[in-house]
Amino acid sequence: MNSGSTGPFDVLVVGGGPAGLSAATRVVECGKHVAIVDDNLTLGGQIWRGSPRGNPGLVDLFEPLRQSLSKLAVLSGTRVFDHPAPGVLLAEQADDVCALRYDKLILATGARERFLPFPGWTLPKVMGAGGLQAMVKSGLPIEGKRVVVAGTGPLLLAVASYLKRHGAQVVLICEQASWSALAAFGLRLIGFRQKIKEALELQGKIAGIPFAANTWPVAALGSSKLESVTISRGGKTSQIACDYLACGFHLVPNTELPLLLGCELENDNVKVDEFQETTVPGIFCAGEPLGIGGVESAIVEGAIAGLTACGQKPSGDSDLFRARRKARRFARLMERTFALRRELKDLPTTNTVVCRCEDVTYARLKQHSSWRAGKLHTRCGMGPCQGRVCGPATKFLFDWNPDSVRPPIFPARVESLATSRNGT
Amino acid sequence: MPSPVELTVNGKPVTVPAEATVAVAMMIAGVACRTSVSGEPRSALCGMGICFECRVVINGLPHCRSCQILCQPGMDVRANE
Amino acid sequence: MGNSRFEVVTVGAGIVGAACADEFARRGMRVAVVDRDGIGSGATAAGMGHIVVMDDSESQFALTRYSQQLWQRLRAELPDDVEYEQCGTIWVATDEEEMMEVRRKHAFYGERGIPTGVLDANRLKENEPNLRDDMAGGLLVPEDVVLYPPCAARFLIERARKHGAEVRLGVSVAKIGEECVRLSDGTEIRAGIIVNAAGAWSAEFTPGIEIKKRKGHLVITDRYPGFLRHQLVELGYLKSAHSLTTDSVAVNVQPRKTGQILIGSSRQYGTEHTQVDHGMLLRMLRRAQEYMPGIGPMSSLRTWTGFRAATPDKLPLIGPWPGDKSLFLATGHEGLGITTSLATARLLVDQVTGSKTEIPVEPYLPSRAAKEIAHA
Repeated sequence: MNSGSTGPFDVLVVGGGPAGLSAATRVVECGKHVAIVDDNLTLGGQIWRGSPRGNPGLVDLFEPLRQSLSKLAVLSGTRVFDHPAPGVLLAEQADDVCALRYDKLILATGARERFLPFPGWTLPKVMGAGGLQAMVKSGLPIEGKRVVVAGTGPLLLAVASYLKRHGAQVVLICEQASWSALAAFGLRLIGFRQKIKEALELQGKIAGIPFAANTWPVAALGSSKLESVTISRGGKTSQIACDYLACGFHLVPNTELPLLLGCELENDNVKVDEFQETTVPGIFCAGEPLGIGGVESAIVEGAIAGLTACGQKPSGDSDLFRARRKARRFARLMERTFALRRELKDLPTTNTVVCRCEDVTYARLKQHSSWRAGKLHTRCGMGPCQGRVCGPATKFLFDWNPDSVRPPIFPARVESLATSRNGT
Repeated sequence: MPSPVELTVNGKPVTVPAEATVAVAMMIAGVACRTSVSGEPRSALCGMGICFECRVVINGLPHCRSCQILCQPGMDVRANE
Repeated sequence: MGNSRFEVVTVGAGIVGAACADEFARRGMRVAVVDRDGIGSGATAAGMGHIVVMDDSESQFALTRYSQQLWQRLRAELPDDVEYEQCGTIWVATDEEEMMEVRRKHAFYGERGIPTGVLDANRLKENEPNLRDDMAGGLLVPEDVVLYPPCAARFLIERARKHGAEVRLGVSVAKIGEECVRLSDGTEIRAGIIVNAAGAWSAEFTPGIEIKKRKGHLVITDRYPGFLRHQLVELGYLKSAHSLTTDSVAVNVQPRKTGQILIGSSRQYGTEHTQVDHGMLLRMLRRAQEYMPGIGPMSSLRTWTGFRAATPDKLPLIGPWPGDKSLFLATGHEGLGITTSLATARLLVDQVTGSKTEIPVEPYLPSRAAKEIAHA
């Protein structure tokens, strides 16, 4: 990958997960040049993470891309951090920086896990649910280890199953949502509704893994690393000895790049028209940044965005619009089902660290009336995570709304920040 | 069959599976990646490169996100103090 | 909330407003502070927090020196989050012409009792190993200080509160003058003394104040403890601060107590938007890398902008506003707001109470502009 300017691409897709891959596929099918830029080591995003084996949907998407390599540029390990001029994004790699020029832009930046603070959550071996899965996929030995999976959302089941298949002893899945909310929820992706029915019948097991609703972590215990987890289950607390705690409270959209580009948001989600175009002409958005919708929303919205970006707007009776409506109905149901209960606001104690980059405690933050004041006076949010961890947490705990976004939207070397729009 | 990788963590040799990340190497070695501002040991949280808790020093370069970096033979990895 | 009556109302809870409120309150007066935002949200939030003596003019020197001494006396009471650190300043010279300027400054400060040291190229390198190798030398000013301004402003506000001051944040002001501060919701706060400490926005409340917004950019890195020991300022800084019209950058690099490096500086006129200007950022960072190449590979975490309040003669406005017996100004501090905040408060309160001021106030009086117009 040479430094300097790259492109101009007909379409630049930011994010190589399902939405981005789906969009790029349609673009190559239309005969245009497309580049996918993605921070991770391999494509596939946070859910599929790399290997297409065992993921039939991904194989379908990859095939057209594989056939059209001359029209496709893949920039992995590449992080977009600035937008110095119209039609240009600056991105950084391990040893280089480049200016990516484009005619149309598709934002498929996906989502990240929501982390909520509780006593002991900063101990080593307390990780996100997707976080532990990612580590195992990256070679972490998990066979024979005791794992508690906690938090909320369909990701917990996917992670628990994955860990079990790799030999972990998943002691319990702790889902904070209520049984009634879960029972009303139909998740077709992994036959969730069926499994909930099973669980109710088989006294609380899903795919052989113990599952408890109305349950959440109260504390993680250990001296220099995790040794056990205290959970609250139906009003009673109990302690579970374990090697890892995989804990995440569903997902939040990555809206930093859309905000930097001036796209309008509504209820923290990027606003788009029926063809996935944002409020900035020529910039499209698909998937999680529009609202957490999972793989199905991502694939269909990526397709609509890809087609429209090539001037091939799908016609009004296209199957895509029906598929999208269905997917987004499911997304709204998911949001309702996994809404956070208010007991979670009471988990942190005065000394619980909320901002992990700067070690700012709950007590210090509570004194302030806004994100901006909290940030200014305690440094919460001023660390390298740039508020990605503490932002959603403080939003839930204190109803704080974040500041405006400024470059770099991801930490970048000073010399990269000082790069011109030409990449030099 | 790609072979395991040998590197050092805080001066001690560690062997990891092929294509393992440095964060995994730290976990296998049982060494916390960094020490927080108030002195707490910290390791990977998000596993996807956004939390920065997994920062280590690789071959002398500080603030490397270990969950996004593949282990290379002979790498010198140290906790980011 | 209904109307109310105080002896003093300070409009602005930035470092200058906070210092004034604190000074008035400690002298036993009933004080109210109002700000449309939080404590220390304007230039106080954006600036570098460098407490520095400057020799641009005798008046600037007198004010910065007086105020620096006040900070030194306050040091012991400041809480940890103010991060007061006497790291000193080094004015860096790149050639012999700039070394002459170093020697001139050394003589100037020496005559006035400020300890400084002339560093040749070797001594400079010993003091700051990460400076580029071929520097000519520099001037070390060991008594200069760095602190974190928003927490300093909060300390002063809290101390004012302990002496009875009332603080109203998130409150928009519509009009000030004639013993009255009228808020946007229509309520009025009446006081015999109103202080306009609204910084870059002062002229909005008191038309006729000659203050222009001077935008600056800053960048902060992740933690690299030991990389930098002193605040480093290029000697071209004064040229940049001098110009009344052109956009300029000048190297100004600061070690924070956290080990993070704060990189500045830039000055721009005639722009009101707060967005980061890529072109200015580029110029500023490239120049900083010329002085300290090791900055290039450092991880940068944030960039931001702020507006300094700049006056035509580069001195602040401290004192009564002609034409309104109740109105006083404490504004126009450009890049020296943190440094001169404490002295500003003293000079203002001394004038109001009729006490003798520690240094002559004439150079800072708001009426000086009016006098110039009268004589023109």
